[in-house]
Amino acid sequence: MNDQARTTEQMTELLSFRVGGQDYSVPIMSVREIRGSARATSLPHAPPYMRGVINLRGTVLPIVDLAARLGLDVEGDEARNVIIVVDLGERTAGLMVDAVSDILTIPDSEVQPPPDLAADGARGFVSGLTIVEGRMIRILDLHEVLPPPGEEAA
Amino acid sequence: MAEIRAAFFVEAEELLESLQDGLQLYDDGQRDDETINVVFRAVHSIKGGAGAFGLDELVQFAHTFETALDAVRSGALDPDGAAVKLFFRSADILADLVRAARDGTDLPADVTGPVLAALGELTGEEEEEEEVDFQPATLSLDLGGAGGDAGGAGGLDIPGLPPLPPLEAPQAPARSTWTIRFAPHDALLVSGNEPLYLLRALAEMGETEVSCDCTELPGLDTIDPEAAYLAWTIRLDCPPPEGDGPPVDEAAIREVFEFVDGLCDLEITAEAVEPPSDAAALPPLDPAPDTAPGAPADVAPAPIAAEAPTPAPADAPAAAAPPAPDLPRPAPDSKPAAKPAAAPAPEPRTATRPAATVRVDLERIDRLVNLVGELVINQAMLSQRVAEAGLPPNSPVATGLEEFMQLTRDIQESVMMIRAQPIKSLFQRMARIVREASSDVGKEVRFVTEGENTEVDKTVIERLADPLTHMIRNAVDHGLEKTEDRVAAGKPAEGRVTLKAAHRSGRILIEIADDGGGINRPRVREIAEERGLIAPDAQLTESEIDNLLFMPGFSTASEVSSLSGRGVGMDVVRSSIQALGGRVAITSRRGEGTTFSISLPLTLAVLDGMVVGAAGETLVVPLNAILETLTLGEEDLRALGPQTHVVQIRGGFVPLIDLGTELGYRAPLDNYMGSTVLLIGQEEGQRAAMVVDAIEDQRQVVIKGLEATYGRVPGIAAATILGDGQIALILDPPDLIAGASGRTRAANLPLAG
Amino acid sequence: MSLDILAVDDSRTMRDMLRLALTQAGFTPHLAEDGIDGLEKLKGLTPDVIITDVNMPRLDGFGFIDAVRTEEEWRRIPILVLTTESAAELKARAREAGATGWIVKPFDPVKLVKALHMVAG
Repeated sequence: MNDQARTTEQMTELLSFRVGGQDYSVPIMSVREIRGSARATSLPHAPPYMRGVINLRGTVLPIVDLAARLGLDVEGDEARNVIIVVDLGERTAGLMVDAVSDILTIPDSEVQPPPDLAADGARGFVSGLTIVEGRMIRILDLHEVLPPPGEEAA
Repeated sequence: MAEIRAAFFVEAEELLESLQDGLQLYDDGQRDDETINVVFRAVHSIKGGAGAFGLDELVQFAHTFETALDAVRSGALDPDGAAVKLFFRSADILADLVRAARDGTDLPADVTGPVLAALGELTGEEEEEEEVDFQPATLSLDLGGAGGDAGGAGGLDIPGLPPLPPLEAPQAPARSTWTIRFAPHDALLVSGNEPLYLLRALAEMGETEVSCDCTELPGLDTIDPEAAYLAWTIRLDCPPPEGDGPPVDEAAIREVFEFVDGLCDLEITAEAVEPPSDAAALPPLDPAPDTAPGAPADVAPAPIAAEAPTPAPADAPAAAAPPAPDLPRPAPDSKPAAKPAAAPAPEPRTATRPAATVRVDLERIDRLVNLVGELVINQAMLSQRVAEAGLPPNSPVATGLEEFMQLTRDIQESVMMIRAQPIKSLFQRMARIVREASSDVGKEVRFVTEGENTEVDKTVIERLADPLTHMIRNAVDHGLEKTEDRVAAGKPAEGRVTLKAAHRSGRILIEIADDGGGINRPRVREIAEERGLIAPDAQLTESEIDNLLFMPGFSTASEVSSLSGRGVGMDVVRSSIQALGGRVAITSRRGEGTTFSISLPLTLAVLDGMVVGAAGETLVVPLNAILETLTLGEEDLRALGPQTHVVQIRGGFVPLIDLGTELGYRAPLDNYMGSTVLLIGQEEGQRAAMVVDAIEDQRQVVIKGLEATYGRVPGIAAATILGDGQIALILDPPDLIAGASGRTRAANLPLAG
Repeated sequence: MSLDILAVDDSRTMRDMLRLALTQAGFTPHLAEDGIDGLEKLKGLTPDVIITDVNMPRLDGFGFIDAVRTEEEWRRIPILVLTTESAAELKARAREAGATGWIVKPFDPVKLVKALHMVAG
């Protein structure tokens, strides 16, 4: 086929954001919308990273406190938070983050698998790493982050 | 094609329904032609459609059933009671076969065999395999657009027939030549057949030389334009077939004349295989002739276009003469409606012809229901904002809003009813249950229905099926006494089970009644005591004893018939009905019978609820689960264990639960005195006194599912969106009570009172 | 201009299939659901061929054909009868009623088209 790798290489588009003081990103294809934070209705017996549910134009949307989910230090004023609504096939959820940064287009060749460090609890949620302008951006594995459907709130 | 197949199954359901109706009318004594025809046609149409999709087992069964019905239709068979029962059973099996075909499942092995044999016996036939021609329609075949475009291209590429070869083609051995003599009778023309097309069809099979014999043609003054005078001799030269195509044989030629067999003189002679002649006496018939009415262009002298039976050309003599006398005008057999355009005489009770309908995707309706739900919520939000804005209640804005609210309610009700269907299909299902149950236990049962056109939400119908089935079976199995007992008691031997449905004050009422022996209260009490469900000396009213049947762990029959012992108790029935937002009650009179009354909400998408607050959160408690509201006083509260309390209510004790604690929002309160308490639960089920922090409002809310987006939350049924846009969770009281910890005291506090 | 075919059958499934087969073959289908409906359709349309089922409510196939054959302007229209069996007696009956030819149900679209060409070119 084509040997000029540059021109026909597979690219990935990512939405990058900051959460818990770190840089993360998700594939842009899974992002449905971005909206400001809203007061969530708590769900009984929910795990601590589940903030609750909010009304997204008539749909009941579960909100994941991403910092809590990733085990990062939660800091700052919640009122400034942003919610990224992501779609994973049948599941939709909102990720509460600090702020949205940018849209990045990264060639696949520049995405590295995460190193295997047993100590870091957040490792399981990261599907890949990439470097943009000297900063390391973690690519989130949404399947790991979102609670599986039908799971009983323990 | 898949769409048509899906539509066929929808149509099949309708046909099955009219089959039931027809059989029912027939059974009730209405045995006129139209009733029988309805029954016959239903089975006939199902067979036809099934054949198109290659559903062999269904076709075979339908065919045998149809044959028996045909015998009834023609008067050859006069069915007695047993035969009618057989027909009902056959209809049931037919329904099963249709559904199995639709769902891709199989019927158990020996179901159809005995019935087929019985049907065969009725008609006195050996169960022979009639050649029913299955040809699954291969409509994906692209036939390449034929049928006479402008310019008269009538040629069709029919696969399998060899195209006309060029004359120079090398000779292969399978060439065949035929001489065909074809002389149509008058009748052929009358029947609407056209020799031109037949000759053309021959021309498509090979090269043809056609000569016309006009010797019989009379002069213009005596000619009958509608009679046949011409005959043709055709020499047909068929090239070897292309590829694996079948060679042209006599049968293939006869096939061209299939429709006119007997309406003409036809002689087909094969000649020796020989190379085709170079010079044709006449050029072969052009497969794309001009469309001018009249004789084919190449045919030797045909001076008059008179024999053309095509739609009367302008120049033909006025064809006022009646058609040739040798075709007898057919007298139609006695059919239900003999004269055209005459409306059939109205029947006393016809199987209902469905009203004009539109088929809509269920998804679209659900979307519409959702949108209307949004409308209601939005309008509630608007009301709230208007109220907050401080406008006086009788201001134009407020009154306008009031009207708006009314309109929204009306729209909502109408939209909800779109999903409503007549409960008839459920009734017909129950009729079958009665038939099977009565046959299983050997009792004669008459099943009576009322209100089959009552409209009920589709989902409600689906979820009622199981509880109703159970209750109907119970009625036949336990409710009705054995035949000899009935007779001994002076009752008619035939037991009666009645199923009624009606709308009443915004709800649906369904009644299942039997005229059996009524509830044997002493026995029920005995069993309840045995099972430890009640204390031996407990004082119970008659109605309370009746309700013991609903308690889990209570199973009625001491004799196990083939129906009981299925492990589904009345308690499951009740909770299924309650899950639909309904209630069920029993009334019974000894010796006379038992009646179950079910009350259901009209739709499932809205809920009447009480909005309450707990630990700063707003929740909704379904109104039908609230028995009472009270304020806790000193004397009502009693400690039970180190962490729990009970509340004394009307002589009984119920556990106290703290909603805020149960949902994990906060720890138990120090002191519950003076708390607002909702007595929740069902009349005779588990109850609890639930502490809420505040009661806000009572209103109708739109139910939003939680399961799809999040999953199951214990104690919570669903969610709703309040007027302020916030989400409030809807409680599932039975679930909450079942899983409640009952913690109303922090463990390390000293025991109170 | 493609041929106009009037197809009469009380089964919705059959009508759908006829419509599909006829359209694919380049004809212009017109549908009716029983004999009465068929006669109504004929008031506004003179088809090149009529295809009709036999067992229908209100006015069945034979009654319909009878009515058609009685009217001067429709007398010549070729009529094909849809029969579920190829039994000889049914063919005879069809012909007696005035039918031009027949098609066995469930129909093979190829045979359907062939039959149409034999009666209508």
